[in-house]
Amino acid sequence: MEKTKYKDLVNKHTPKEDVFYNAIIAFLIGGLMGIIAQGLIDFYSYYLSISTKEATVCMLVTLIFLSCLFTSLGFFDKLVNFAKCGLIVPITGFAHATMSAALEYRKEGMITGIGANMLKISGAVIIFGVVSAWTFSVIRAIVGAI
Amino acid sequence: MIYLNAFIFAGLVCMIGQIILDKTKLTPGHITVLFVIVGAFLDVFNIYDRLVLWAGGGALVPITSFGHMLTHGAIMGYNEQGIMGLFVGAFDLTSAGICATIISAFFMSLIFKPRD
Repeated sequence: MEKTKYKDLVNKHTPKEDVFYNAIIAFLIGGLMGIIAQGLIDFYSYYLSISTKEATVCMLVTLIFLSCLFTSLGFFDKLVNFAKCGLIVPITGFAHATMSAALEYRKEGMITGIGANMLKISGAVIIFGVVSAWTFSVIRAIVGAI
Repeated sequence: MIYLNAFIFAGLVCMIGQIILDKTKLTPGHITVLFVIVGAFLDVFNIYDRLVLWAGGGALVPITSFGHMLTHGAIMGYNEQGIMGLFVGAFDLTSAGICATIISAFFMSLIFKPRD
C-alpha cells in the first residue's frame, strides 16, 4: 500500500479527540485544584497559625500524599483519564506518575524494581527542572553582576 | 477574590497543557517538562513571584511552581553564599515536594498491591 493511502487510513480510524470539550474539562478541574490549594493554604495558616510559606509546604505535602493514596487505592487513574491535564499539570500528576511507576515495578524487587524505576517518568521533571533552573540562575547571576 | 484568581490561573495553565496535548504528538511527560522549564524561566525576572501574589494557591499548585521554586532557591542561595549557593540552594524549597513524593510512594508501594 502506498504511504499516503496508509496515512489516510490511519487518520480515518484514529479516535478523534474533542479538543474543545477536553480543554473545558481541564480548565474546570485545574481551576478546582487551584481553589483547593488556596483553601488548604488558608486553612493551615489560620488553624496552625503559621506563615503562608510554611502553609504552602503543608499544602503541597497534603496534595502529594492524597494523590499517592488515591493512586494506590486504584481510582485516581480513572480521574486522570477523565480530567487529563487538569490533574497532570498540577503537582498531583507528578505524584501520580511516581506512584504508578512504583506500584508497577514493585514485583521486580525492592532495589531493581522500586528503587530503579520509581522516578522513571517524574525523573525527567526533576532533571530538566534542575538543569534549566541552574542555567537560568547562572544567567541571572551574570546579568546581575554586570 | 484570591479564590477566583486561583481558579482562573490554575485553570488556564491546565487548559494550555490540554490543548498542547491534543494538538501535537507530545506525551504528558513532555508537557510537564515544558511547564517546569517555563516556570523556571518566568522566575528569572521575578514574574512568577507576582503571579503567586496575584493567584496564591492557583500559581503554587501547577508544576510550573516547581521550576519557579528551583530557580528561586538557586538565586536566593547565590545571593547568600555566592557561587556555591547556586548548588546548595536549588533544592531548598522543592525538597519538601520531592521528599514527600518519594517517601509516600515508597511506603505505599510496599503496602498496596497494583490493580488495573
